[in-house]
Amino acid sequence: SSQVVWSMLGNRQFCSYKMTTKTQNFCRNEYNLTGLCNRSSCPLANSQYATVREEKGRCYLYMKTIERAAFPRRLWERVLLSKNYEKALEEIDENLIYWPRFIRHKCKQRFTKITQYLIRIRKLTLKRQRKLVPLRRKIERRENRREEKALIAAQLDNAIEKELLERLKQDTYGDIYNFPIHAFDKALQQQDAESESESDAEREEDDDEDVDKREFVEAEDSELSDFEDMDKLETSSEEEQEEEEEVEKKASHSKSKGKTPLKGPARRKRPYIEIEYEEETEPGSRTKAA
Amino acid sequence: PQRVLFPPTFSVSEIKNKQRRHFMFLRWKQQQRKEKLALKKKRRKEREALGDKAPPKAVPKTIENQRVYDETTVDPNDEEVAFDEATDEFAPYFNRQTVPKILITTSDRPRGRTVRFCEQLATVIPNSHVYYRRGLALKRIIPQCIARDFTDLIVINEDRKIPNGLVLSHLPDGPTAHFRMSSVRLRKEIKRKGKEPTEHVPEVILNNFTTRLGHSIGRMFAALFPHDPQFIGRQVATFHNQRDYIFFRFHRYIFKSEKKVGIQELGPRFTLKLRSLQKGTFDSKFGEYEWIHKRREMDTSRRKFHL
Repeated sequence: SSQVVWSMLGNRQFCSYKMTTKTQNFCRNEYNLTGLCNRSSCPLANSQYATVREEKGRCYLYMKTIERAAFPRRLWERVLLSKNYEKALEEIDENLIYWPRFIRHKCKQRFTKITQYLIRIRKLTLKRQRKLVPLRRKIERRENRREEKALIAAQLDNAIEKELLERLKQDTYGDIYNFPIHAFDKALQQQDAESESESDAEREEDDDEDVDKREFVEAEDSELSDFEDMDKLETSSEEEQEEEEEVEKKASHSKSKGKTPLKGPARRKRPYIEIEYEEETEPGSRTKAA
Repeated sequence: PQRVLFPPTFSVSEIKNKQRRHFMFLRWKQQQRKEKLALKKKRRKEREALGDKAPPKAVPKTIENQRVYDETTVDPNDEEVAFDEATDEFAPYFNRQTVPKILITTSDRPRGRTVRFCEQLATVIPNSHVYYRRGLALKRIIPQCIARDFTDLIVINEDRKIPNGLVLSHLPDGPTAHFRMSSVRLRKEIKRKGKEPTEHVPEVILNNFTTRLGHSIGRMFAALFPHDPQFIGRQVATFHNQRDYIFFRFHRYIFKSEKKVGIQELGPRFTLKLRSLQKGTFDSKFGEYEWIHKRREMDTSRRKFHL
């Protein structure tokens, strides 16, 4: 009658365990040995059948015989296999001693595969596990929004500029930048009890620098609208450290776009003009060609 | 159509016709705006009329103004804090006994964006090295790093091809901070950027780290950079804390005059939000957490911040 069962379920009628795909048919029955839907692997269509299944890390051999076909509750006989691989194989052989070759072979294959994946599970649990944390949409949105608002409230550029100017005032940069700090100097002079001659000398120096500064400042601002020469300024600032007095002049000089760093201000006030000359060589070449 | 509005009974939302309703709403809005402007003008006139005796201008309320006072705010003259800072894990750095050496790595199998971000970060932070993690466990990397004299470890976590987390661990046994990283911009995505960051040691700006927790995080960031910035380079790295979001920017500055400075952004930018701070080095299971962000307790008030 297994023949009848197969002719019904296998090909013609409906089998609820059967899953068809483009290339193959699978069997979803939990007692199936190979997982495919075949005449020899269908647990419903074979009255003598065996499988290996594992539960909680232990492997069991399940067997079904014709004698118990009438008792569904006792249909599948379960045998615990030993944890030792070779011993378990022997146990399978013992239990399935006069059974068809196919089932014995497939049982052992299945058992091997199962033990292999159990070993892998045990190894992986020892390694680091990647923990997947679900994102909560509302919270993500809220955080993004708050971040945007915080960015606007932060006014980063202003804050950074303020901090840098503070540091300049606090003299953390030392003598690298020599700006004529008029207001500060005058305030210092008024507060400190310095001799008049010294203060006069300082004021004169300041005036000199003022005069020079005025000439350069106008051109400076126009050229510093784009920062193409920031790197050139680096090299110039190295020179600054060496010569403290002529720092400003050199700095303003080197900000010019050409490769001639030390030209006077008058040169840069003229816009850079390129002059092209046309040469008349064509009539000559034409006559030659002819 | 000219319709007269009767204030007590009539409301714009009761008109059924959409076009007319829209029109009436616009008119109502215009009226409101006019009234507001008139009010403003009146107030300004009053102010001018009073002259010197006018009451001071009202300061608008901002979230920073209304911030819930945090009891762990650091007072600059606090001795206890100063003592703590002199004896905590960053003391050797701040006493100039150690030079920072940083290892930057990612989670497994980093994608292109993360890799490029790591490289750029390595150019920004001096004395840093990028190593790829091929499935190595952090717990095993850390002793090796300590053996090779690294002072800090940065791990950039990646999700769906973008970096989204940062673990910053101070090595010889120091605190570990886990951040959530967002809005990462690589150098090529920044508009109007300058040339590449050079090898000079940048200056560091830490803004707005007020509480004790903020202080310790700020010191962690400061410990990444060597102590003596090279002013020739004119580069500055900024960690600005605003409402618990830490914005990182890298700029090149130039002093145009004593009152004006120009900055130009180079280098990557990203924002961090602190998720947890652990006392020892990275240990997710048995570590002792100094601070964890608990959403239910800490996100309840909009005016309460922890950094």
